[in-house]
Amino acid sequence: MATSTIPARSPQFPLAGFARRIKAWDEMAYFVTLASAVSILTIVGLIVFELWISSQPTVKTFGWSFLTSSRWDPNSGKFGALPFIYGTCVTAFLALLIAVPFGVMASIFLAELAPPRLSNVLTFLIELLAAVPSVIYGLIGIFVLLPLIRSYLAPVLTGVFGFLPLFQGDFYGVSFLSAGLVLSIMVVPFIISVSREVLLAVPVDQREAALALGTTKWETTWQIVLPNAKVGIIGSIFLALARALGETMAVTMVIGNTPKISASLLAPGYSIAAVIANEFAEASGDLYVSSLIFLGLVLFGLTIVINALARILILTTTRRSA
Amino acid sequence: MVMTISPKRKLVNSLMLSLSAVCTVLVIGVLFFILGYLLYHGARSLNFQFFTSLPKPSGETGGGMANAIVGSFKVLLVATLIGVPLGFLAGVYLAEYSGKTFAFVLRYVIDLLNGVPSIVIGIVAYALVVRPMKHFSALAGGVALGIMMIPIAVRTTEEFLRAVPNALREGSLALGATKAKTIFSVVVPAAISGLISGLMLNLARVAGETAPLLFTALGNMFWSRGWTEPIATLPVMIYNYAIAPDEDLHQQAWAAGFVLLALVLAVNVTAKMIIMRGPAASRR
Repeated sequence: MATSTIPARSPQFPLAGFARRIKAWDEMAYFVTLASAVSILTIVGLIVFELWISSQPTVKTFGWSFLTSSRWDPNSGKFGALPFIYGTCVTAFLALLIAVPFGVMASIFLAELAPPRLSNVLTFLIELLAAVPSVIYGLIGIFVLLPLIRSYLAPVLTGVFGFLPLFQGDFYGVSFLSAGLVLSIMVVPFIISVSREVLLAVPVDQREAALALGTTKWETTWQIVLPNAKVGIIGSIFLALARALGETMAVTMVIGNTPKISASLLAPGYSIAAVIANEFAEASGDLYVSSLIFLGLVLFGLTIVINALARILILTTTRRSA
Repeated sequence: MVMTISPKRKLVNSLMLSLSAVCTVLVIGVLFFILGYLLYHGARSLNFQFFTSLPKPSGETGGGMANAIVGSFKVLLVATLIGVPLGFLAGVYLAEYSGKTFAFVLRYVIDLLNGVPSIVIGIVAYALVVRPMKHFSALAGGVALGIMMIPIAVRTTEEFLRAVPNALREGSLALGATKAKTIFSVVVPAAISGLISGLMLNLARVAGETAPLLFTALGNMFWSRGWTEPIATLPVMIYNYAIAPDEDLHQQAWAAGFVLLALVLAVNVTAKMIIMRGPAASRR
């Protein structure tokens, strides 16, 4: 021991080269990790660059009219994105319409009512729901949900709300409605797990003060806790929205893949992600491929903006109360 | 004076609270319905042949998905080799080296990458790998899934390294170890169970991805040799068989769905158990 520590203090330490090498390794480790971090930023940059460059033929040919034209006819070289943008927005909106009430109510139960142990177990199960691959949801959608909607839900909707243009026309099963329903099941776990976190971050004194003033449990939750958690819950809804917009497989399998804009939710439609999934591998010709890539760029832009907003909203609430 | 709560308020209270419980039960009911239905249909269609033989040409019954099972693992291997080292090292940088501003930017960009729809990642992998190589390949599918693995790899690495107590770092540095030696011989081993379960969750997540494989790995009815041929994967097989107009193929799709879901859920549950029992959890 002694022999190795004493020379270490002298400048003529015989192992100085070894010490330098260790130092060099130390620096190297730093640069390797830094390089990895930077290369991830580069990859994200590359994604944007590739999408932009590859969609240039379409941008040059059609310009902005690509986004507003509703004619999608690859055979005659006409490409318009409106039916897909419409389908993506309608199905995502429908999904949120169904998922938000269920998600928020369930997160209230998990955060406010259920004993912590039960709440943890149930949250664990709900997060498993988020791990189910989307193609499995598609499978369930095609073979279970479509027959159910066809024989139970659709007749009721046309019978009761048939006077609305939303529920008119023939119903074949594949439709905006089916896609919206499947999507709602897929995004509910995200709303629940984030909203629950946000609700749990609301300080306990707020609840105690309200209860001490004589409000009921529900009044406390609705009038005190929810307003406190509002921004974070909206963040979770945005997160779910981004998810629903970009979801591909389950939607492709139940939306009907028809590039048409229909007022009726019972009509088949198409979405941005679905058209890319269906037509990309077989697309021939530069303009066709670049139109699909441009659609990808639109989807990318939409989800990035919504995700960025969601992150900021969730961060502000959980930071403030933490 | 005793304050009383009006019957109406009491009614609203119990009504809304039970409604919240009903919503929770419904959501969890959906999970069990999916599990149950897949179990019922999948297990019925599953047989030994499914794991050992190739898909039959259309019109013939029987056959299996041996090539797709192997294919899925091959693509996942490529993805892991691409996404995990990069994500791990960047996670080490975030947890151990980086300053505040750059870390914030990096974390934000990584969160955004996590939110990019998988189909868009597929397009990028197509442009980067398939177009220059001029054909679909296992490699291209691996690149797509590899990019998708990066965000979770970074976040789990950072999180679990941060959970390692500083006393360990200080002890190691005080003994004369360099910073790199401290990180890779002390901190990383201390976090290893968390890191492994993070990797498992990451794999389970991309194992079910279908969209980015549709036009990168494409599919194959036969064995694919090497890494540069189109390759069959389980999720893509499920998709192709589910939309095919053939009852026998639907049965196969159910069987494949059962196998895929069982794998994904088993890995998820195991990984979450490791995290919950691990040293990191007890300190929180």
